[in-house]
Amino acid sequence: MQRRIVSLWFPRLASDRILRAQPTEAPFAVTHHEKNSERLYCVNSFARQQGLVEGMGLCDAKVLCPELRTQAADLLADQRFLQMLLRWSNRYCPWVGADGADGLMLDVTGSTHLFGGEAEMLFDLHERLAQFGLTVFSGLAATKGAAWAVSHYSKGVVAEGGLKAALSSMPVQALRLDEATCITLQRLGLRSIGDVLATPRATLGRRFGLELLRHVDQAFGDQAEQINPQAPEVYYAVRLTFPDPIGFFDDVMAGLKRLLEHLCLKLKKHEQGMRSLRLTCQRVDQVSAQAELRLARPMHDSARILPLFERSVGEIDAGYGIDQLRLEAFDLEPLPLQQVEVSTTPKPSGDALNDLITRLGSRIGLDKIVRFLPADSHVPERSFVVAPAAYCEAEGEWREGLVRPLRLFAPEPVLGKDKMPPKTFCWRGMRLALGRATGPERIAPEWWLDDPNWRSGLRDYWRVETRQGRRLWMFFTPQSPAWFVQGEFA
Amino acid sequence: MPQFDSLFPLQKGRVHEACGASAHSFAAMACGQAGGKILWLQAGWQAEQVNPSGLAQFMDPKCLLLARPDDQKSLLACAEDGLRSGALSFVVVESLQPLDLTAGRRLQLAAEEGQSTGIMLIPDGMGSNATQTRWCCSPMFHGVDEQEKNLTLQLWELIKNKRGTLCSWEVCWDAKAHRVIVVSEVGE
Repeated sequence: MQRRIVSLWFPRLASDRILRAQPTEAPFAVTHHEKNSERLYCVNSFARQQGLVEGMGLCDAKVLCPELRTQAADLLADQRFLQMLLRWSNRYCPWVGADGADGLMLDVTGSTHLFGGEAEMLFDLHERLAQFGLTVFSGLAATKGAAWAVSHYSKGVVAEGGLKAALSSMPVQALRLDEATCITLQRLGLRSIGDVLATPRATLGRRFGLELLRHVDQAFGDQAEQINPQAPEVYYAVRLTFPDPIGFFDDVMAGLKRLLEHLCLKLKKHEQGMRSLRLTCQRVDQVSAQAELRLARPMHDSARILPLFERSVGEIDAGYGIDQLRLEAFDLEPLPLQQVEVSTTPKPSGDALNDLITRLGSRIGLDKIVRFLPADSHVPERSFVVAPAAYCEAEGEWREGLVRPLRLFAPEPVLGKDKMPPKTFCWRGMRLALGRATGPERIAPEWWLDDPNWRSGLRDYWRVETRQGRRLWMFFTPQSPAWFVQGEFA
Repeated sequence: MPQFDSLFPLQKGRVHEACGASAHSFAAMACGQAGGKILWLQAGWQAEQVNPSGLAQFMDPKCLLLARPDDQKSLLACAEDGLRSGALSFVVVESLQPLDLTAGRRLQLAAEEGQSTGIMLIPDGMGSNATQTRWCCSPMFHGVDEQEKNLTLQLWELIKNKRGTLCSWEVCWDAKAHRVIVVSEVGE
């Protein structure tokens, strides 16, 4: 089957994109800073009527047309807009690629009959794009090169086999050549593609190199040329628009349930789990309210996520009513499907605990829920690390056999200079008498870490039992004699 | 006279209170003997932390989650959520402010629903009327001649009991049996 390619050219993409939001019947231009001055980058049809063209300096343009409105170009936004159009064009065929910064190439082979024929399809395309407020030129031919030529220098459909007749009369620029080559060709009197075809190939090759011949061959299909379609990016966002505004908590939750089911289905299909979600409620007074949810584990289970959302949804101010809900998933992580374990005695799963962490996290922040992990250090305050529970598993072995206090605090000085524990001392306003002391256990500072608390050097730790009952963990610093209390036993 | 065994693995689905110098070890022993997942709640501004290496002799620190909310209101809200969820066996709350009757009652209802046990560590004399039992725990000196290295001898006074009379016990932690044993009964 012969290939059929549609080339779409949006000559005024930048200005059309801006004017879609603010239609005007006055001259308008998009400017771009290049070659050290502000130049017109894209002009609308009214400005063109005034004699303005792309590449003209802004000052000159203002002289020619004092009422000209301008706006700075946003090339990234233009690119995004073209990507959107690319995604939209998938309605005509699955094989769409971008062509430069202002065009699209559609491989419509075998899909034109769905729209009633080639001419009808092009008509439909023009109709819809005109509704979007876009200026578009199109061409349909058997090759990418020919379609490009038709869209830029002619229009309509080139029937199968009519390629040579259609292209012959077009200027040489239609071959997508660079400017220097075009000028040279014209100087030699080769003004149209027909003239080029009539010249012997060997002569052309000697004079212009293979580049020209390649372009000619590509236009006539003697050399293949690919369209690079882009895999559609998967969007993990869904929205729901209501015919009438809603405001009750239950209604929003019902809407959210529908959205979540869709979103989770999509996530499951791609084996992804989300870490956070954002619900945007568009209100009728053009204000939007947002509710965020951060999950303790990546999830794609709508029934479990929905109740976790209740708290943040409850805080939304519905105002005069909400008429659109949009739910987006962020922080995606791979979450493969898991084998369901079938056993008579249900194993306690961490799901309930993770849900609890999420629920508490939505109230106080996920980073404030922590768990302890053992660390490899003799220094008491570094013998464990505190890690956010949502981002780590409980693991590691705790060392047995060490006698350590249940509570640990910053060292509190007590009076005493002797290397044996003081017989009586004052601590936190209490007068305590020594009953029995066990020790010392010497702990040296870690010289490879500069810890200001350990600048006093070695510590001799003692377990001190007082006659009053309190059991304290005290230490003596022999290098600068002083006593401190650092912890309390059970 | 109430029996220690009828009181001490603390009644499930209720909230209990502990005060005194050994309140923390009371909570650690209660959690350690019963096992299960534990949520330890502490106000974010509190500098004094529970030390996991010290906790290891009573229970596995892997089972412990520590949450540090910024204010008393969210502290209580977290405690309620935790008790209600059913995913935890114990919720330990270090509360520095007195609990009013409504808050205490809400916690009791939440504990009942989730069938988990709550332990409030309170300053002396700031108990709530809604509590099931209140214990005043203080460490005791073993005596000079005693040679054993057990550093857990304590006096536990039951100072409020909704279902019975009051009593005191001298108890210590038996690491081998992994439970609290009564050394002697002190009586009222």
